[in-house]
Amino acid sequence: MSLNLLAILPEIFILVIGILVLILDPFWKDESRRINLGWLTAGGLTAVLILSLLLDRPSEPVLAWGGMVRFDWLAFVFKMFIIFASAITALFFMDVEQLGKRAEAYLLLLAATIGMCLMVSSADLVMLFLAIETTSIPMYVLAGFMLDDKKSTEAGFKYLLFGALTSGIFLYGLSLVYGFSGTTQLENMRSYFTSLNPISVGVLFLLVVGLGFKISLAPFHFWAPDTYEGAPTPVAGILSTASKAAGLAVLIRLFITAFPQVDANWQLILAVLATLSMTIGNLVALAQKNLKRLLAYSSIAHAGYALVGVVAGNELGIKAVVYYLIAYVLTNLAAFGIIAAFGRVTGSDEIRAYDGMSRRAPYLALAMLVAFLSLSGMPPFGGFIGKVLVFAAAVEAGWYWLVIVGIINSVVGVYYYLTVMKYVYLYRMEGENEEAHPIPVTRPYAIAIVVLTIGIILTGTIFAPWFGLSTDAALSLFF
Amino acid sequence: MQFPVLSIIVFAPFVAAVIMLLMKPEAKNEIRVTALSAAVFDLVLSGWVYYQVYMHPSLEYQFVEKYEWLPVLGISLNFGVDGMSAPLVLLTGIVMFTGVLISWGIDDRPREFFAFLFLLAGGVFGVFVSLDLFMLFFFYEIAVFPMYLLIAIWGWKVTREYAAMKLTLYLFLGSVFSLVGALAMVFVNYQNTGVITFDMLALEKAGFSQAFQYIWFLPTFMGFAILGGIFPFHNWSPDGHVAAPTAVSMFHAGVLMKLGAFAALRVGIMLLPEGAKQWAWLIFGLAMVNVVYGAFIAMIQQDMKYVIGFSSVSHMGLVALGFATLTREGILGAGLQMFSHGVMTALFFAAVGMVYDRAHTRQIPELGGMIKPLPWVGIGFIIGSLVSMGMPGFSGFVAEFPIFMGVWQVSGLAAILASLSIVITAAYVLLVVRRAFFGEMPKQFEHHITPITPLDKVAIVTLCACMVLLGLFPGLMAPMVSTGVENILRLLGGA
Repeated sequence: MSLNLLAILPEIFILVIGILVLILDPFWKDESRRINLGWLTAGGLTAVLILSLLLDRPSEPVLAWGGMVRFDWLAFVFKMFIIFASAITALFFMDVEQLGKRAEAYLLLLAATIGMCLMVSSADLVMLFLAIETTSIPMYVLAGFMLDDKKSTEAGFKYLLFGALTSGIFLYGLSLVYGFSGTTQLENMRSYFTSLNPISVGVLFLLVVGLGFKISLAPFHFWAPDTYEGAPTPVAGILSTASKAAGLAVLIRLFITAFPQVDANWQLILAVLATLSMTIGNLVALAQKNLKRLLAYSSIAHAGYALVGVVAGNELGIKAVVYYLIAYVLTNLAAFGIIAAFGRVTGSDEIRAYDGMSRRAPYLALAMLVAFLSLSGMPPFGGFIGKVLVFAAAVEAGWYWLVIVGIINSVVGVYYYLTVMKYVYLYRMEGENEEAHPIPVTRPYAIAIVVLTIGIILTGTIFAPWFGLSTDAALSLFF
Repeated sequence: MQFPVLSIIVFAPFVAAVIMLLMKPEAKNEIRVTALSAAVFDLVLSGWVYYQVYMHPSLEYQFVEKYEWLPVLGISLNFGVDGMSAPLVLLTGIVMFTGVLISWGIDDRPREFFAFLFLLAGGVFGVFVSLDLFMLFFFYEIAVFPMYLLIAIWGWKVTREYAAMKLTLYLFLGSVFSLVGALAMVFVNYQNTGVITFDMLALEKAGFSQAFQYIWFLPTFMGFAILGGIFPFHNWSPDGHVAAPTAVSMFHAGVLMKLGAFAALRVGIMLLPEGAKQWAWLIFGLAMVNVVYGAFIAMIQQDMKYVIGFSSVSHMGLVALGFATLTREGILGAGLQMFSHGVMTALFFAAVGMVYDRAHTRQIPELGGMIKPLPWVGIGFIIGSLVSMGMPGFSGFVAEFPIFMGVWQVSGLAAILASLSIVITAAYVLLVVRRAFFGEMPKQFEHHITPITPLDKVAIVTLCACMVLLGLFPGLMAPMVSTGVENILRLLGGA
C-alpha cells in the first residue's frame, strides 16, 4: 500500500462507515434502527481500530500528501484513542432518547472523529485549520442536538459563538505565522522563530488562545461548564476527552515542532496558564451542585495538569502528557458514561440525586468510585500514574513551584471527588427504600463501562505497555 | 526461583477483595467466611515469613523478589523484608485477622466493607515490603483512600463525614510532599550517575550532597510522619479514631500509623541520613511534645475512644523520639514499640468497640461495672493498660525501656521529661479501667449487656497473647529488630 494511503487509512475507513450509516438508515424501522445504527457505528469503529493496529503501524516519521499530514507514532497513538473514544460514545448514544434513533447523530460523531484524527496528524497550517473546523462544526450541532431542550440549544449556541470567535483569532495567528515565516509547513518554521521578539510572543499568544479554547484552559474556559451541562451527556463526554486530547496533541506538535527555540518564553506563558487552569478549575468545582458542571470544571483542572508536562518540555514531559491523556480519556469517558446511564433513569444530573446510589446500583457505583478515584489521582488507577509522571517530568526540569501548585490542587480535587462519592455511598434516598428504585443498566452501557473500568485499572497497574506507547509517541516528535 | 511469599501476601487481599465484590450482596455469611479465610491465609504466611527471618537473622533483605515493571524509568516490583519490617508484616496479619473477627456483626453492606478493608490491608502489606520507592508510594496511596470510605460509610454518625475528610486530606497532602522529595532524589541521582532508578537499595548508595539532604529531608520525613501522628500534624488522628468503626480504628491506630513512621524511617532517615542528622533536633523536639502533650490531653478526655486516640499520639511520639535519637537503643526500641503499640491499640479499640456496641455510649462518666457482664473485655482492657503504662512483663516495657536508654544518651533532661508521660499514662488508663469497668453499674445497663461472641474472644486472646509473649520473651523479636537497626546505623555512618 502506498504511504499516502496508509497515512489516512483510518480516516478512509471511518468515512466508509459514515456512508454506510447514510445508505442503510432508511431501510431500518424504529426500534431496530436504534440498535442497528449504534452497533454499526460502534462495531465499525472497533473494526477500524483493530485493522489500523494490525496494518497501519507507522515506522519512521514521514510526511504524506505533500506535507499535509505527518504519519508518525504521535498521530497514531492519538488516533487510536480518539477512535476508541468515539466507539464508546456511539454505545452511549444508543440509549439516549433523542440521539439513539437519529442517523444524523452518528454521522456527525463520525465526521467529528475524522476531523480529530486529521488534527493530530496534520503537519501544515492549512490542514490543521481545516481539521479543527471539521471537528468543531459537527460538535456544535451535537451539543445543541436536543432541540426541545432549552439548555441543549443554549449549549450548542454558546459553543458555536465562542468557537467561531476563537477560530477567528487562531486563524489570524496562523496567517501571521505564514506572513512572517513564509511557509505553512510546521517543520520549516523553526528556522524563523528562533528568538524572543514581540512578533513571536504576539503570534504565540494568538495560537494559545485558539488552542486554549479547544482544550478549555482557563481563562478561555467559559463555554465549557454551560456546554457540558446542556449538551447530551455522551456528547459532553467526547468533548471533554477525545476533543481535548486532540487539542493537546496539536499544541504539543505545534510547540515542539514549530517553536522549539523560544522555550523559555512559551514555557512561562504555558506555566501561568496551567496554574490558572488548575486553580480556577478546582476552586470553582468545589461550589458545584450539578455533576456535569462539576466534571466540566474538573476537566478544566485536568487540562492544567496535562499542560504541566508540556511546560516541562523535556522528553519525559511529553511522554507523561501522552500517558496522562490516555488515562484521562478512559477515566472521564467512564465518568460521563455513568452519569448518562444514571441520568437516563432518574432524569437528573444534580449531585443530590445520587443519594443512595450504591444501594440502587452497586456495580455502577463501584465503577463510579473507580472513575472518580482515578480522576483524583489515586492508585491503582490510571490517573495516579499519569499525575506522578507529569509531576516527575516537572521536577526533572526544575519547575518546583509549578509542582507545588499542582499538588495543592490535587488535594483540593480529592476533596470534591470524595464529596460526590459521599452522596453515592453514604447518604440515603428519601424514605430509605432504595431497593425499590433500582437503576437498570442497558447492555451497551454495561459493555462500555466495563471496558473503560478495566482500562482504568490496567493503565494504573500494568503500565509498561502504555508507557511504551507514550514513549513512541513522544520520541516521534524529537528527531 | 524461590516461592514468592511476599507477593502472595501482598496480592492475596486484593484478590480476595475482587472475589468478594463479585459475590452476591445478599450472601453475607459467605462473604464473611471468604474474608476470614483470606485473613487467616495472610496471617499464616506472614507468621511463616516472621519465623524464617527469626530463624535466619541476617543483615540482608530476605525473601527478595524483583520483577521489572517499567524498566525505562527504573521502576520494579521489588519486595523484601528485614528485621525492621518483618514484625510489622506480622502485625498487619494479626490486626487483619482480629479485625475481621471483630467486624463479623456488620450488617450494612458487608461486601463493600470487607472489600475496602482488604484493599487497605493489601496496601499496608505492600508498603512494608516494598524496596522500590515508586511502589512504596503506590501502595501507600492505596492504603489511604479506603480509609475515607470505611470511616465515612460505616463510622460513628456524629463526626464521620468531617473526620474522614480531614484524615484523607491530611494524609494525601503529606504523601504528595514526600512524593516530590522522592522524585527529587530520583532525578538528582539520575543527573549524578546517569542511571534512573527507584530502587531504594541503589538510592541508599547515592550519596546525596549535604545541601540536598538538608533541603529535602524535612518535607520527605514530615510528609510521612503526618501519618505517624507527629505534632503539630497529629490532629486528624484522634478524630479519625473516634469516627471509625471498630475494625477500622484497629487498623488505623494499629497499623496505619506505623505505616507513616516506617515510611518516614525508610525514605526519610535511610535515604537522607545526613539530613536526618541535621534535623534530628527538630524531630526530637516535636516528638517530645507528642509524648507529653498527647498524654496530658488524653487525661482530660471523657470519651473512651478519644482517650485511646490521644494515647496513640503520645505513644507514636515515643516511636518518633526513638528514631530521632539516631542511637542503636532508640531505634531498636522504636521498632519494638511499633509492634507493641500496634497490638495494644488494636486491643484497646476492640474492647472499646465491644463496650460501645452494647452500652451505646463511650462517655466514661456514664459507664461503670462493665467487668461483670463483659469479663473478657475487661481483662483484655486491663492487660492493654498494663502494656500501655510500660509494666515489666509486658511488651510495652520491652519497647519503651530501650527508647528511654536512647533518649538518655541524647539528653538526660529529655529522658526525665518524657518519662513523665509514663506516669500520666498510668493515671489516665487506670482511671478508665476504674470508672468504666469497675464501680457501680448504671441502672439502665442491667440485663441489657449481652455477652461477647466466641469470635470476639478469639480476637482478644490473640492480641493479649502477643503482648504477654513479647513481654516475657523479648528474645522473640529484639534480636531480629536489631539486625534491622544495624542497617540503619550503617547508613548513618556507624553512629
